[in-house]
Amino acid sequence: MLLELQGITKKFGTLVANDSIDLVVKPGEVHCLLGENGAGKSTLMNVLYGLYEPTEGSILLDGKAVTFKGPGDAMAAGIGMVHQHFMLIPVFTVAENVALGDEFTRAGGLLDLEKTRAKIRDISDRYGFDVDPDALIEDLPVGVQQRVEIIKALVRNASVLILDEPTAVLTPQETDELIEIIGQLKAAGTAIVFISHKLREVRAVSDVITVIRRGAVVGSVDPSTSTTDLANMMVGRQVSLSLNKAPAQPGERTFQVRNLTVLSATGQRLLDDVSFDIAQGEILAVAGVQGNGQTELTEAILGLQPHVSGSATLKGTELIGMRARQVIRQGVGFVPEDRTVDGLVGTFSVAENLVLNWYNEAPFAKGLAMKPAVVMANAKAKIDEYDVRTQSAESAVGTLSGGNQQKVVLARELSRPLNLFIASQPTRGVDVGSIEFLHKRIVQERDSGTPVMIVSTELDEISELADRIAVLHRGKLMGVVPGNTPRDVLGLMMAGMTADEALGQSVEEK
Amino acid sequence: MSVATDTRPKRPSTNATVKNWKAPIGFGIGAVVALLVFALGGPAQTAVFRVSNDSDRFRLADVALPAVAVGWFTAVVLTLIAVYAFEQVRNGRPINRWIPIIYGLLFMIGFLTWVVGSANIPSISLTGLIAGSVTLAIPLIFGSLSGVLCERVGVVNIAIEGQLLSGAFAAAVAASISGNAYVGLIAAAFAGTLVSVVLAVFSIKYYVNQIIVGVVLNVLVSGLTGFLASTLLSRDPATFNSPPSLPVISVPFFSDLPIIGGILFRQSIVGYLMYVAVIVIYIGLFRTKWGLRVRAVGEHPQAADTMGIKVNSTRFWNVLLGGAVAGFGGAFFTLVSVSSFSRDMTAGAGYIALAALIFGRWNPIGAFFAALLFGFFTNLQYVLSIVGTSVPSQFMAMLPYIVTILAVAGLVGRSRPPAASGTPYIKE
Repeated sequence: MLLELQGITKKFGTLVANDSIDLVVKPGEVHCLLGENGAGKSTLMNVLYGLYEPTEGSILLDGKAVTFKGPGDAMAAGIGMVHQHFMLIPVFTVAENVALGDEFTRAGGLLDLEKTRAKIRDISDRYGFDVDPDALIEDLPVGVQQRVEIIKALVRNASVLILDEPTAVLTPQETDELIEIIGQLKAAGTAIVFISHKLREVRAVSDVITVIRRGAVVGSVDPSTSTTDLANMMVGRQVSLSLNKAPAQPGERTFQVRNLTVLSATGQRLLDDVSFDIAQGEILAVAGVQGNGQTELTEAILGLQPHVSGSATLKGTELIGMRARQVIRQGVGFVPEDRTVDGLVGTFSVAENLVLNWYNEAPFAKGLAMKPAVVMANAKAKIDEYDVRTQSAESAVGTLSGGNQQKVVLARELSRPLNLFIASQPTRGVDVGSIEFLHKRIVQERDSGTPVMIVSTELDEISELADRIAVLHRGKLMGVVPGNTPRDVLGLMMAGMTADEALGQSVEEK
Repeated sequence: MSVATDTRPKRPSTNATVKNWKAPIGFGIGAVVALLVFALGGPAQTAVFRVSNDSDRFRLADVALPAVAVGWFTAVVLTLIAVYAFEQVRNGRPINRWIPIIYGLLFMIGFLTWVVGSANIPSISLTGLIAGSVTLAIPLIFGSLSGVLCERVGVVNIAIEGQLLSGAFAAAVAASISGNAYVGLIAAAFAGTLVSVVLAVFSIKYYVNQIIVGVVLNVLVSGLTGFLASTLLSRDPATFNSPPSLPVISVPFFSDLPIIGGILFRQSIVGYLMYVAVIVIYIGLFRTKWGLRVRAVGEHPQAADTMGIKVNSTRFWNVLLGGAVAGFGGAFFTLVSVSSFSRDMTAGAGYIALAALIFGRWNPIGAFFAALLFGFFTNLQYVLSIVGTSVPSQFMAMLPYIVTILAVAGLVGRSRPPAASGTPYIKE
């Protein structure tokens, strides 16, 4: 089925999310939409899927104009979508999720899930999905959940399949498998819209790449275009993708973690007997698929987790058992993984957010009174130093863009002498331009002699920053390897192999 | 595809545990109470539980329990269970899930034997106690079912109390004017639905906080019905406030069976409707297309929306249905229980129904049994005050509420409400 979007414009109030976008997707073709977070890719797809009504413009299927009142219409017309955040109900089984909205029934409206199960098995066998129709969604790994989403679209005979940031939650191996599946679907004549901001995979999978910036199409290019050119199109100016950091000068190993274990309230080992050191002047990057114990690791060190055993010493001082405030007073800087929840108070001003961890002590306070003038002067200095784009220091931090919010967090955490710096997902949801800046600041902190721990699920970021890489899988440390370890080895470790096994298998394959 | 299945962050249970001392401590306290009160304080009497009346077709022998012996027996067994629980937790092993139920039953037997044994007339009718419990539970069950219907679709229904009260009022007035109790029953369903319309419009269309709308509705209905009761109804009670009662319909033969006869086969139409409603709503929610969609909307409205389900209209109709169900429960007060409406006569039954809903884990069957438990304690209080117990009546009056708090706070543990319950679905 030939899909055409003509002059699609979508406005939210005064914000123009899509500005007269034209797009043509042909059957049996993988069409990539490349753009930064907030460029308007997802908005466009939600318009196409009937979730949003376009302000202007029209959608054509095989040359005929159509209007979608809701996703039901879009699905009936043969458009399927796999959302970035899966639209699956965690407490339902696979079959129930697939059946939802398109149920088979017996007399009296009673559900007939057997027919749905048969369809799932059929599709699962045809594409080698290996999905059990009776498994509960919440028990399935994300890779399998994604296949359930694809099954949902295929059961409804989708001839256009939209994949919104499909690789964000996958291991490199799962990503390879997804690319294989996309190949099969393409061969069967399905048109695929692949949305991403990751240059590498976009080049690997697509037939055509359309770059979107600030809601408008910048241009359509061939997948053979270099990553640098694609990045420049995406950002709108020259960006350097590599950091060119100097080799680390590791000093004394002042931060030591020994047998750190974190239990959940129900007794599951979220972090299982993890031990490692970080030396002054080096960056240890913690890699792993989301949800494999990274959050628990950083929060245990900060004193934010109950049920922790083991030890974490900083310059000989035991941190485990301290409250978060005491840990911060030991000179620990911490960038939490979700800045909007744990890093900032959205309705407070930029100036106030810049002193959140130090507001009650000199120089920002004296006795019970805060010193607004000092807080404001501090804010002005930090805003300049970190190039925070804000209307004023008094603006609510929630009104800033993701990249600028993250700059505020980093400015606060790096603004005092540190003995340890921990940053979780330091550039998640941050535009490419800001990533460059944030990475440079983190390396600068390393070069001043601070032990640095970075947690990231993006392998690009890990390879970029790490002097050494620790890989977590299901709460266990799979090993600590050098910063230049190849991606395939890291991928195998993220899927549960030890460093030696992964190196062995990688060599074998070559 | 084998590598992918390996990356699941969730693990099956490992041997590590977080020790939770809540159960052994609770069991221990109960055991101490049993020892001090049931055993050491046991009256030297025999408690008699009558199973049959003289007029019954089938007669079973009465159960006679010597209070002191039963007191000691329960105290010892409860202590053993507490020790077992303590050991299990200390060694990081789970406590068998039947243990709390056995413990609860034993404690009940100990308590009943003690309290009946120490009464002036140490004899109560077990059949009457149970049948009365079911009767008292009827409005609670309807209320809980209303809550299930609303919360499963993602709307918190605090207005159950208001729905019951409006149902009771409408039933009284409509039945009085028409002279027909069944007209009153239908009017009650309409009144409950009317309260729901307000709840639905404000919480679903205008995104007003659902808790606040619910509370305001309760106060509004209480005020409105109270005002009308003290003006219109009290001016001419013969016309407006003397509804005929719904007749009790006995199923021949079956209604004569011991114990269950009175519970299942000697009820008013409201009682039979209650059983039908529990079963129909259970099957509806968990076995039909409608139920799958309803639960999807309550768990993950956005997912339901992307599958072409109209989230807010599903919510709207379900809340209305919930109101009608609660309205039937309200009719019980004026058409079955007593024959006139009085101000605030539901006396917090709607809130107990809410507790039963949570205790029953948002499941119609669970809510049914939870409501029965609350009904049982309410009735126990009545029965015991008749036989003349040494326990102060004020304490007895507190019983259902104490049980509610213990049940909801202590026994439920971490049950999971529908994920989207209480959150309005706002689409850009």
